Amino acid sequence: MNFQTMNIDKMKEENINKILVHIVLIIGAATMLIPFIWMILTSLKSFHEATSVPLTIFPKTLKFENYSSVMEALPFMYLYFNTLIMIAARIVCALVFSSMAGYAFARIKFPGSKILFSLVLVQMMVPSQIFLIPQYLIVLKLGWLDSIPALVVPGFVSAFGTFLLMQFFKALPAELEEAGVIEGCSQWQIYGRIMLPLAKSSLIALGIFTALFAWKELMWPLIVNMSLNKLTLAAGLACLVGQYEDITDFSVLMAGAFIAIWPMLLIFVIFQKKFVEGIALTGTKG
Amino acid sequence: MGTAIKEQACIPKKMRIKIKRADISKWGWAYLMVAPTMIGLFILNIWPIIQTIYFSFCSSGDFGKYEWMGTDNYARMAADVTLWQSTSNTFLFTILSVPLGVCLSLLAAQLLNTSIKGKTIYRTIYFLPIVSAPAAIAMVWKWLYNCDFGLINYILSFFGIDGPGWNTDPGYAMISIAVVAIWSSIGYNMIILLAGLQNIPKTYYEAAEIDGANPFRKYFSITLPLLSPTLFFVIIISVMGALKQFDLVYMMTGFKNPVITQTRTLVHYFYTQAFDISDKGYGSTIIVFLFIIIMFVTWLQFKGQRKWVHYN
Repeated sequence: MNFQTMNIDKMKEENINKILVHIVLIIGAATMLIPFIWMILTSLKSFHEATSVPLTIFPKTLKFENYSSVMEALPFMYLYFNTLIMIAARIVCALVFSSMAGYAFARIKFPGSKILFSLVLVQMMVPSQIFLIPQYLIVLKLGWLDSIPALVVPGFVSAFGTFLLMQFFKALPAELEEAGVIEGCSQWQIYGRIMLPLAKSSLIALGIFTALFAWKELMWPLIVNMSLNKLTLAAGLACLVGQYEDITDFSVLMAGAFIAIWPMLLIFVIFQKKFVEGIALTGTKG
Repeated sequence: MGTAIKEQACIPKKMRIKIKRADISKWGWAYLMVAPTMIGLFILNIWPIIQTIYFSFCSSGDFGKYEWMGTDNYARMAADVTLWQSTSNTFLFTILSVPLGVCLSLLAAQLLNTSIKGKTIYRTIYFLPIVSAPAAIAMVWKWLYNCDFGLINYILSFFGIDGPGWNTDPGYAMISIAVVAIWSSIGYNMIILLAGLQNIPKTYYEAAEIDGANPFRKYFSITLPLLSPTLFFVIIISVMGALKQFDLVYMMTGFKNPVITQTRTLVHYFYTQAFDISDKGYGSTIIVFLFIIIMFVTWLQFKGQRKWVHYN
């Protein structure tokens, strides 16, 4: 009897705890969501509604004109396309080159491997801005300024990816390639047929990581590309703010911000599990 | 006959050659496989480090003409008030954003590590800022911070508070940027910390339960020590990121805004010098200076980790 009441007390306490946890989490979630909701609401308001006190929370009529006017100000189709190309190219480069190098560093003993790998580590430890001026000069010399290939340049190789995949391949059992050697496979075949398929989850994680950081990159596109239709979404938005700095028609700006972020938000919500796994993997292994 | 004997006599030698050949072909593959990465790394990263350090001792003319000036840039830097202001701003930003950001991420991770419903939804919502472009985030917050029509001051007005122009008032500008930085980093750190928490074996807690340890005791003698390597990683990454802050300052303050004196970070100053004014020599000096700061701070952290990070 006594034991039972104790149990009930404990359950009650646990329930109260759970409610408290939910309350804190809901406050957090609201703080995270309100800026996004406010962005969408503002983007549908008229200039008058957005800038009158007391504030109107919900617009009376949905003013979609904000969207058409921001699409006139910024060539969004180009921006989407450029961003997509940049991200895709960087993912392909990171996955192909890093998995090859990561495999070689982890599984093949060759002279000089330690020195070469230490260069990979150096790249990871140094603040990336230190590369910017020489990288800009490379693009300048290649005559690639103000072009789409210029956007890809710093992402041509991924030191982090090499490191991540090296760690992954190193953890695999030795029997795997022994079987390959007995069957007379070359290193290339062992890599391509045996190792690479096993690395699928690491490769997905690296792909997501690469995409996320390429997507958020602001400074590099602003440095190398000047024309609006050669920029990425992130950099294009920055230019939009410059254009509207004096006008401050925030409804139009919010419409622009929303057009820029919704594709990535949608992709994230659909593949959120993969995103979270990828970030956890790249975070804990890196 | 003769040749057969000869061949036999040669076997050991041949075998040696064979082994070597196998090695060489292995090495060949290895070099081929690391070649794209190493060539790219050398051209895009390693050589640029050397170049940037060299440029930091140079004055830059038009189109890649650099003239050696010795330590002139460094002397200029020492006397540059803007640079020291930017340095102190950078540290202020780091102190404002990292400790609170990491604590809140830890709290969120801890709460999501309990057995409650709807974890995926919370996780997804907390992660939303991470997948949004910083430019868009900065724009929204600028609008929320707006002195006259911002949502924040509107809410404050219910409590009779007349809020300032958060990102235009020199006294609040940096705090405002730090708040956005915290808001947009919680999700990322939370995910990594959550993974760390989930790696702690449950048996430890069961043992503690049998010993009758209270929740505080459990937290400080099991959770924190076992999480400390992950926590250390998150702190290292956050501090490095904060010292390199550019995006939010660039987007929220811009160049014309007089508040820039209070918010200009080192990377922002580097960007202005190297690419706006196009003084690449001095820009290099600034970034080498930041590099030294980051190395020093990271070294300090690694030295300090012995006191609190437990590796088993």
